[in-house]
Amino acid sequence: MTTSALIMIILTQGTVIAATIYFFRKVLKSPDKSEPDSYSDNDPV
Amino acid sequence: MSNTTESWGSRVGLILAMAGNAVGLGNFLRFPVQAVQNGGGTFIIPYLVSFLLMGIPLLWVEWAMGRFGGRYGDHSTPFILDNMTKKRFWKYFGVFGIFTNMGVMAYYTYIESWTLTYTLKSLKGDFLGMDLDGLDSFFNNYVDLGSGINFPVWALLAFLITLSINVYILSRGLSAGIEKVAKIAMPLLIGFGAFLAIMSWTTGSTGRCADCSTYIGLNYLWQPDFSTLANPKIWLAAAGQIFFTLSVGMGTIHCYSSYLKQKDDIALNAMSAGWMNGFVEIVLGSAVVIPIAVGYLGLDWVVDNAGFMMAFKTMPFLFDQWGSVLSVIAGVAWFGLLFFAGITSSLAMGTPWMGFVQDEFNWSKNKSALILGLAILAMGLPTIFFFEKGVFDEYDYWTGTVSLVIFALAEVILFAWVFGMDKGWKEITDGADMRVPRFYRPIIKYITPLFIGIIFLTSLFKPLNGELSDWSSAFNSWVNGNGWPWANDSIINQVFHINTGVQWVQDGILTNMFYIDMSRFFLLACFFGLVAMVKVASNKRKKTA
Repeated sequence: MTTSALIMIILTQGTVIAATIYFFRKVLKSPDKSEPDSYSDNDPV
Repeated sequence: MSNTTESWGSRVGLILAMAGNAVGLGNFLRFPVQAVQNGGGTFIIPYLVSFLLMGIPLLWVEWAMGRFGGRYGDHSTPFILDNMTKKRFWKYFGVFGIFTNMGVMAYYTYIESWTLTYTLKSLKGDFLGMDLDGLDSFFNNYVDLGSGINFPVWALLAFLITLSINVYILSRGLSAGIEKVAKIAMPLLIGFGAFLAIMSWTTGSTGRCADCSTYIGLNYLWQPDFSTLANPKIWLAAAGQIFFTLSVGMGTIHCYSSYLKQKDDIALNAMSAGWMNGFVEIVLGSAVVIPIAVGYLGLDWVVDNAGFMMAFKTMPFLFDQWGSVLSVIAGVAWFGLLFFAGITSSLAMGTPWMGFVQDEFNWSKNKSALILGLAILAMGLPTIFFFEKGVFDEYDYWTGTVSLVIFALAEVILFAWVFGMDKGWKEITDGADMRVPRFYRPIIKYITPLFIGIIFLTSLFKPLNGELSDWSSAFNSWVNGNGWPWANDSIINQVFHINTGVQWVQDGILTNMFYIDMSRFFLLACFFGLVAMVKVASNKRKKTA
């Protein structure tokens, strides 16, 4: 591969992977909202 | 307006379902082909700019509109739009948010059924030892190409089975049906894609020809050519790809988001689902078809043959080069991931109808899903029987391309200019688990509508070839009274058949144009059938008000 292609692939894929992980991790770490919220799995039984 | 008890089970489930809605066959088959045809590595620059200026704003707008409509008990675009303004005609624009999905689902489920068949065939090892000609004739026999009007028995059967699977899952509802499938399908899809990507990245030179190397394929895909950045054709192709890949302008995002409560986040959810789709497309989608094909068939072959059909007519041959065991595993991974990508999208396409008839006519989930299945069967059969006559492509053009742009333009104007950015911005940021950058406010109001407006106008008036210089020569030709040289795929040429003229019969035989025009009338009838249903629902609301 040429250097410019290698730079493009590393920069682009690195950015996309980092953004995907960052936002998904932020979702997982965000605290649940108080009930009643939109999601049924965490409803009190 | 409904009293639905439907809800999402979990936030992660919603994000996976929303990402599954966006991740489709195009992530693996359309994106790499668009990239190689539009500047290689440079394509990613207009692609990412379009994602930031049009994709993310549209995602936020659609999520916000959906949650806003859900507050009033509405789960489909006609009445979601109706709630946002006093002008009653907007609800008829909302019909696009049901019609587009049904039109696309009709032919998309057919392709999905191919992937199901090919997964089972791969598992049985039916493609072992088959060369490219063998794969070509297998596919042609399967979809019964060659006889003019197709009656493919096995393909029909697979279509019915795939449609039944969709109907069954939809009848189970949001959390027990769609969300459960997304939670299984999305991790499997990413796992299958990662396996194929690793195979591609580690294969390198195969020695089958001088330039047979997956690295040459990757280089071809990622080598930047910065001179192409000044070409508007590249920008339009990138913006178009963002449209299709995010499933914006369809009405599915509104529907999924309408089951959220006002205090729950939409801004971060939208970003997470959007970037997850980007990951599948840019990281996994770019690593499979083109590099592996170059690895075994060489660059020249790929330049001449790159296209959608490579998925079925080429990939099994390429996997066969890895030996019989890996060939079966790779075949199942490839067609399995396409099936999962397909079904998570087709399920999403069914939900606006489900939401609409349950809200407005109080139909049960089973009845709604069954009638949807019958409608999709009726709409899908012409694409199967008259595949060779161009009906399949016609559905794709009007429902999968033009309708998306019209609806997206209408919804962003409604949101930013009619509903108003003050209320709109509050809708986006309410309950947000991230800080939404304030510069997106003017972007949503000015840049995004302008962006989509340019896409629509250039699609409407596209001149022959569509390069920048072709626009100026077309304008000169028009000013000098020589007429506008229409591109064949410009919307105006498509509607009026300007380049070819209308000819339904030639030498006593019905032409392809006849079948194409009949399919247009049929789609128009479906659209106005939905308009009539919205009118009936609206009258019902007035009586009960």
